[in-house]
Amino acid sequence: MRRTEKSKRATSFRERLVEFGLLGSGVLSIFTTVAILTVLAFETVGFFQEVTFAEFFGDTQWTPLFSDKHFGIWPLIGGTFLTSLIAVAVALPLGLLAAVYLSEFARESVRKAVKPALEVLAGVPTIVYGYFALVFITPLLQKFIPGLAGFNALSPGIVMGIMIIPMISSLSEDALHAVPATLKEGSYALGAGRLATIFRVTIPSAFSGIVASVILATSRAIGETMIVAIAAGQQPRLTLDPRVPIETMTAYIVQISLGDTPTGTIEYKTIFVVGASLFAITFVMNILSQRIARRFRGKI
Amino acid sequence: MSHSTLRRKLAERSFIGLCIAAVALPLIILIVLMVDVGIDSIDRLNWSFLSSYPSRKAEEAGIRPGLVGSVYLIALTAAMALPIGVGAAVYLEEYAKRGWLANLIEINLANLAGVPSIIYGLLGLKLFVRTIGLGRGLLAGACTMALLILPIVILASREALRTVPLSIREGAYALGATRWQTVSQVVLPVAFPGILTGAILSVSRAIGEAAPLIVVGALAYIAFLPDGINSPFTVLPIQIFNWVSRPQREFLDNAAAGIVVLLVTMLLLNGLAIYLRNRLQKRRYW
Repeated sequence: MRRTEKSKRATSFRERLVEFGLLGSGVLSIFTTVAILTVLAFETVGFFQEVTFAEFFGDTQWTPLFSDKHFGIWPLIGGTFLTSLIAVAVALPLGLLAAVYLSEFARESVRKAVKPALEVLAGVPTIVYGYFALVFITPLLQKFIPGLAGFNALSPGIVMGIMIIPMISSLSEDALHAVPATLKEGSYALGAGRLATIFRVTIPSAFSGIVASVILATSRAIGETMIVAIAAGQQPRLTLDPRVPIETMTAYIVQISLGDTPTGTIEYKTIFVVGASLFAITFVMNILSQRIARRFRGKI
Repeated sequence: MSHSTLRRKLAERSFIGLCIAAVALPLIILIVLMVDVGIDSIDRLNWSFLSSYPSRKAEEAGIRPGLVGSVYLIALTAAMALPIGVGAAVYLEEYAKRGWLANLIEINLANLAGVPSIIYGLLGLKLFVRTIGLGRGLLAGACTMALLILPIVILASREALRTVPLSIREGAYALGATRWQTVSQVVLPVAFPGILTGAILSVSRAIGEAAPLIVVGALAYIAFLPDGINSPFTVLPIQIFNWVSRPQREFLDNAAAGIVVLLVTMLLLNGLAIYLRNRLQKRRYW
């Protein structure tokens, strides 16, 4: 009797210990977030002790490596948004058409084959896309576009667009798929054809789901690093011209990291301040996308 | 058939054609990409490329330190991320009772998955390299990568755990098993093939990552193999990046050959995942 009592207590102790350990694994993910925020905030505060807010948000030049230092973030943000907008301009029409095809027209067997094939696009390492942009797409485009520099925003933008197609197509397909059949049947009953139903009923009903997918894909393009680091150049400049070299926030962090930058210098602090800006932008977009997606699911 | 119906049919047909083109175009580009890399690599892809160290001369340079570095890094990353990831998944699926903590972990995981990988590099640089003082070595890189793939490992493991029918758990409880006995002896063995597949797929993603490791300080030019967990190191994608960034044309061919090595490694891993899943799933428990 005593014995079982004892072993029972031992078992319950072990049960608690295991649960505690498992909980610890889960909590580690919260720790990761806290650590990211702390690290970025710490170095950002250090940065703003040397550079004013007015200079960071007011200046239009970013030249921390020159002797005449300027710390205006806009050229890096501009370069990032330029490449990302090109990517979305490529991915949105292709991804949305693919989603419409897969959810409205394709036979089940075709769908089962095409979906994983498209997913492969998102699984190719970005270094491979970077190589492709620099060695294949840029020389190809130079035949048609005079004045296209060897490093430019256009070519990595297009390649990033191909990379994010599966994000738009698969999330948009889910959204289109979730539109109730009764809505479409109502449209058919009123005499609308298939195209009219798709463009006037199905896509508008799934609109917020599609928007959520596009925001998420944009955020992915903004955070993408290797493609732009290889093919977009290292010249921070505020321009809308996709033919000239620019620099994105991520490419700047890579550029500084490749050099040997001692801790505590202003160059070292800039990569954290740029990282914090990047984190803030992608975080807001991800939250926005989640909100819109949740509201869409609630409505359907 | 009336005129307008005919027109409607025609419009529909051409729209479907447009849709198919939209699906086909990216896939064709993917094929062109593979063929282009394959052609560029053909001159450099041989045994000495795999077994040589980097060199100033393109035709003598090889990828050995990158290949070995990638293998070490991935082994270390997996050794850290898999137990923690599966543990967190088990907690969320088998233990958590919809409390505020489980909710918080849930929301947090969704957000972490959207953090750009280069941010993890900044975290690794400040936390592992400087604050903890691991230096710019393998271990610091592996810790960074482990945090990066953790959300993916947790997600994949949870999906595998969800496929285990509730009735099996209830059977174990009915026999008097405790919760941990049920999880460790019944649920985990059944979910194992799924967990393994997810684990291999997330690890295969880590092989292609370069950005966080560049920030953590993996070196591009290394003429030796890592000799300990704090040794300086390089990995395949960083070696490729180094070759792509050089102005000389010959190094681009090295980059192409490196890409082929990288893609083949990832393909082998993915093939292994599919093989193991098919093989292990034959043992049905219900």
